[in-house]
Amino acid sequence: MKKRSVKLWSILLGAVIVMTGCVEGTAPPEASGSGGTGEPAASGEPIKVGILHSLSGTMAISEVSVKDAEMLAIEEINAAGGVLGKQIEPVIEDGASDWPTFAEKAGKLLQQDKVAAVFGGWTSASRKAMLPVFEQNKGLLFYPVQYEGLESSPNIFYTGATTNQQIVPSVTWLLENRGKTFYLLGSDYVFPKTANQVIKAQLAAEGGEVVGEEYTPLGHTDYSTIISKIKAAKPDIVYNTLNGDSNVAFFKQLKDAGISSDQMTTLSVSVAEEEIRGIGADVLKGHLASWNYYQTTDTPENATFVAKYKEKYGADRVTADPIEAGYVAVYLWKAAVEKAGSTDVEKVKAAAKGLEFDAPEGKVTVDGENQHIYKTVRIGEVQEDGQFKELWNSGAAVKPDPYLKTYEWGASLSAK
Amino acid sequence: MDMFVLQMFNGLSISSILLLIALGLAVTFGLMNVINMAHGELIMIGAYATYVTQNLFMSYAPAAWFGAYFVVALPIAFIVAALIGWLLEVVLIRHLYGRPLDSLLATWGVGMMLQQLARTIFGAPNVGVSSPAWLNGGLAISDGIIFPYKRIFIIALVAVVLLCMYLYIYRTSSGRRMRAVMQNRSMAGCLGISTRRVDGMTFAIGSGIAGIAGCALTLIGPIGPSLGTYYIVDAFMVVVLGGVGKLVGTVCGALGIGMFNTLFETYTSASIGKVLVFVCIVAFLQWKPRGLVAMRTRSLD
Repeated sequence: MKKRSVKLWSILLGAVIVMTGCVEGTAPPEASGSGGTGEPAASGEPIKVGILHSLSGTMAISEVSVKDAEMLAIEEINAAGGVLGKQIEPVIEDGASDWPTFAEKAGKLLQQDKVAAVFGGWTSASRKAMLPVFEQNKGLLFYPVQYEGLESSPNIFYTGATTNQQIVPSVTWLLENRGKTFYLLGSDYVFPKTANQVIKAQLAAEGGEVVGEEYTPLGHTDYSTIISKIKAAKPDIVYNTLNGDSNVAFFKQLKDAGISSDQMTTLSVSVAEEEIRGIGADVLKGHLASWNYYQTTDTPENATFVAKYKEKYGADRVTADPIEAGYVAVYLWKAAVEKAGSTDVEKVKAAAKGLEFDAPEGKVTVDGENQHIYKTVRIGEVQEDGQFKELWNSGAAVKPDPYLKTYEWGASLSAK
Repeated sequence: MDMFVLQMFNGLSISSILLLIALGLAVTFGLMNVINMAHGELIMIGAYATYVTQNLFMSYAPAAWFGAYFVVALPIAFIVAALIGWLLEVVLIRHLYGRPLDSLLATWGVGMMLQQLARTIFGAPNVGVSSPAWLNGGLAISDGIIFPYKRIFIIALVAVVLLCMYLYIYRTSSGRRMRAVMQNRSMAGCLGISTRRVDGMTFAIGSGIAGIAGCALTLIGPIGPSLGTYYIVDAFMVVVLGGVGKLVGTVCGALGIGMFNTLFETYTSASIGKVLVFVCIVAFLQWKPRGLVAMRTRSLD
């Protein structure tokens, strides 16, 4: 008699284990296959490119819009006659917020679809999972999100910021303007951990102090205990490297715990306009972020970009840094292909060196040494309407330095 | 001292949230023995029902009424989730009673379909639900101690739901019928109770409570298609630890997990805290496989 209930438990326990593993990847891919333009090619076969983002799971909040921006760029290029007289045909795959899925789909895009380049990824974990696939298959990945640096693959172009184009200048700015004690809060994976190593090294060198460091699993939603710990530690600044929708829970609960932006500064590196929509501008008002681009960035290219994006996807949609970086990536690839006169990966890479493009964020240049791009750094404050007000910018575009070789305190990090 | 009081309150708050998400499951899993993997999605449905109600208030009601939307959203979330739960029972689960493995897989499939449906209707990114103004801020006990009104509200809400469930199950004739069917189906049938109708009703109530949980969760976390998956594991843990078939067990399970989770997290980190809780639960179930409060009934054997 007892046997049956034991059986029931074991079934349940098994199910729970399976579910825990699948929290981030239960949904089936929704947009496999070709998302072609339907127009006949200008001449010859269309050029296939891959688009590989999380269209489901915890990262979908951020990545779907980047996919939209890349599709917009492809559509514009096709409307203007394509690349080398050929239309671009996007092949969309869903990485489902699951790193092995990213690697698998990257392999599929390169081997089966034989795409000329892939635009995709968001979390560093997804990039780290895809990196060996691109290196082995000699493919080309354009990665559009700011990341923790200390990496430079010959098969990846990084169109988002590396640490010295986002984190390092923001820490310097905070030390000068907001205070010396830092509480580091991040999601429990590669980007926040590496970023915090960099921050700790920099704080030690520039006279700051770390009073606490916490990591929570991706998708974590109860921050009450951590907020109590923050209250007890009384930092001047919470440096927030949480990713995905944990930010929603964290900021809502921070506000309810009675901590407002004028009592304590938080600076986030993964909360942009798109995330503000999901969190609520009233909750985030007054908090800071460090990026290279905001929807409010004042350039003629940006005015056109924002107008086109809203025209295509709706007036309530917003643009954000990774969205812009995804859009720029497609144009940089196009420029490189046209300069090379071929989609051959080696030729495209050679042609890309020193390439310039008038991006919505201002002029960007591809660095020939490490395939990152020069970017302007901007610190912004969230306003009531969910847009950023720029408090500071670096003036000129900053040369990418993923291994932080130009900083004295960076030596210990790049040695690792 | 501040820290201690705050943590006690946080523990209580986490327990109340756990209890709220587990209560519905205590009915469908605890009483009916259906492993309903779509329970998380019913929570998600409640959350989206709240979102829709909020939008309706924004577009059609006078601005001054906006603060009231949440009170309206609670029963709406209950009814919508209960209706979908009832439909699920009639169409699918009814045919799978007594086959736990099959119902597990089938409801899991349903859960995925519901998630995808939500993604199609509302889009993959999270939607924003702004809490009514009267729930913003907190009760300041002293300088360092602030109890957020939302958390207090959730604790009160859980108490009300618990009370209603108790009254329904133990004090009404339909509740009595429900207990009769769960404890001895054939005998209850012999005595003229329509067991089919009671099954449907019970499942609908469990689902409706999940809807209320979803409504409450909009106050503290993200609202997205995968909302339910974050909570389903915790919900099962509470019911299993508490012991199947007893409301008291579910309450004790939620209190235990919530308090210990807060305690461990205070001295370690969020990830390690959770692992320690899991280890404790596994160890406890080794010692008492039937959970904290075991029910003496033949229906479980």
